[in-house]
Amino acid sequence: MSASELRTRPGAATTLPRNGERPESSTNLLDATDRERLLRYMLLMRRSEERALSLYKQGKIPGSFYDGCGQEAIGVGAAYALAPEDRLCILHRDLGAHFVRGLEPERYLGNYMGRAGGVTGGRDGNMHFGDPELGCVGMVSMLPDMALVACGMALAMKLRDEPRVALTFFGEGSTANGQWHEAMNFAGVQRLPAVFILENNGFAYSTPNEGEFAVDPIERAEGYGFPGVVVDGNDVEAVFEATARAAERARCGRGPTLIECRTMRMHGHGAHDDMSYVPAELLAEWRDRDPIERYAGRLVEDHGVDRGRIQGLFEAVAAEVAAAAEAALASPMPAPDGLEQQVFAEEWRALGDGRAPWSRHAKGAGR
Amino acid sequence: MSVTTQLEPSTPRGGEAPAGATVEIREMTYLEAISDALREEMRRDASVFCFGQDVGAFGGAFKVTEGFIEEFGPDRVVDAPLAENAIIGAAVGAAIEGLRPVCEMQFADFVACGFDQLVNVAAKMHFRQGLAVPMVLRLPSGGGFSGGPFHSQNPEAWFLQAPGLKVVAPATPADAKGLLTSAIRDPNPVCFLEHKGLYRSVRGPVPLGEHATPIGEARIAREGNEMTVIAYGSAVALAERAADELGDSVEVLDLRTLAPLDSVAIERSARRTGKVLVAHEATRSAGVGAEVAAIVADRCFEHLDAPVRRLTAPDVPIPFSPPLEMSVLPQLEDMKEACRELLAY
Repeated sequence: MSASELRTRPGAATTLPRNGERPESSTNLLDATDRERLLRYMLLMRRSEERALSLYKQGKIPGSFYDGCGQEAIGVGAAYALAPEDRLCILHRDLGAHFVRGLEPERYLGNYMGRAGGVTGGRDGNMHFGDPELGCVGMVSMLPDMALVACGMALAMKLRDEPRVALTFFGEGSTANGQWHEAMNFAGVQRLPAVFILENNGFAYSTPNEGEFAVDPIERAEGYGFPGVVVDGNDVEAVFEATARAAERARCGRGPTLIECRTMRMHGHGAHDDMSYVPAELLAEWRDRDPIERYAGRLVEDHGVDRGRIQGLFEAVAAEVAAAAEAALASPMPAPDGLEQQVFAEEWRALGDGRAPWSRHAKGAGR
Repeated sequence: MSVTTQLEPSTPRGGEAPAGATVEIREMTYLEAISDALREEMRRDASVFCFGQDVGAFGGAFKVTEGFIEEFGPDRVVDAPLAENAIIGAAVGAAIEGLRPVCEMQFADFVACGFDQLVNVAAKMHFRQGLAVPMVLRLPSGGGFSGGPFHSQNPEAWFLQAPGLKVVAPATPADAKGLLTSAIRDPNPVCFLEHKGLYRSVRGPVPLGEHATPIGEARIAREGNEMTVIAYGSAVALAERAADELGDSVEVLDLRTLAPLDSVAIERSARRTGKVLVAHEATRSAGVGAEVAAIVADRCFEHLDAPVRRLTAPDVPIPFSPPLEMSVLPQLEDMKEACRELLAY
């Protein structure tokens, strides 16, 4: 798919396949186990966020709630292509990437509820977390600040001549900010081993693409001296394959890649947002491109997976999330003692390696 | 550059010389001492690297890294594009990954262009995520040479409202070396304010080899018993010169570290002399002096013989023209006058 074919805005992007239609992507990099895992991680994200939303509505989540409904293929597909020693800055629509790296849903739900058992122990909330043991650095609210942090990790890898990759996500809204330019320019100048996943979900809060930029950000990649690739962001294998190729390119010292994943934010910016500004027909159209439904159908039709097996997977994920919610609700609220002692570090500690379930890297207990 | 080569570490890692060991001392400028610390740490630890605009072949705008690219190569003396958020943000990532970046803002004023990465990403990273960010931000600061409103600022107070940053501001060559060494070894982001006016005007004895000054410890620069001038950076020398002219009565406490403040040393000296003048070149309102004055008022109220006074720049941008600039930056006469008033109170 070329950039020019997809230059149309989401409202008019009718060329992307619908549920049940055959997608363009077909990769030989995945085996049957990989494919089931991809489906499972997407489903785990969807069900975990559904549970979190109900906890929010029950008043058990302070602050606000943000999810990535409809964008599950992006976080999952991109993170699945990485090796254990690669590093990630994961954003707020990419919960699935955390799960691929090995995060337990219980710790995600605990973080939203401000519990001691959440990833940050209540010191930060919502999606502002990354498990250091899994090679992840937690995001900040300012976007796209983490793109520069990812550049720095990539710089360290490059200066030490290591065949590793730093990957980060950002929305198309972030591309309007000056720090996005600083990051892309620096990555291009230094030929950093970085992979940039741009999620174009149609809206920066309420502002549609038309109000965000005059030129599609993907077309700027060439200006920074590295390739820009456009993929169907609702096709998990397409996202995976583009990321795997970009990571390989980065590992070989050939520099960064910008991957634009075309998708749609199916919920509001946050749970407080009724998204009255989104036309109902646009949502209906994209509901018809649901990444999970499409992929489940594809596993059955193209890869001969038994429908009963898929059903079993759905049930297993539902049970896992229910148990995770119970555990998170049982986690105590944090004690406010000693906060001032947690401001400064006593020593530096290395990030741990994340789980890398892809059969090619296969390290850790991929489920 | 009086010291460039053939330095052997004279002390073990950790900095302080073992008892009885002789440490070779050499006279250096403040600027040479900064270069010396940086070079020493880069030789000692391969993870330390310099990062900033024009720090490579050009050696930095003030030549702090002159000759570094020849000794350490371009992978450890990395020129950055003109993008302060990129410098600070990438330093955060590199630090998390195990390098020890020493970033140079060409002038401290330009930290404003990278402020978001500093206060939102670097400063809060450990508290939020438990990740140490061992990085140093070198900030050539201060006025006195018609740099105008954008090349003369003393931005230290900006950082004090961002918990998670350590802030140091040495006044002497020995402390410039010792504090930079400690800043590089510290696992947290450290803002290192190096006063441009001191770069080549101040010379002093500096221990060769490894030399670390602990962060968070003030120093009695000069003893006295009737009043204390609490100062840092360029104001320390001013206070010492004033004290020289006024006799034995004036104690000068050099804060050296602004975050975390050495409140014990502040309290001890204020209680002993009973009169405090807080002096700095930065502007007045909500500055370091205000914080020090609050500590003194809170902890030493019953020991004070006079109101706590401040000698600072007024709340105006630093003007360009020499007589205008002179009028806002504290001068020796201002310091002497402020001391005399307090002594006479």
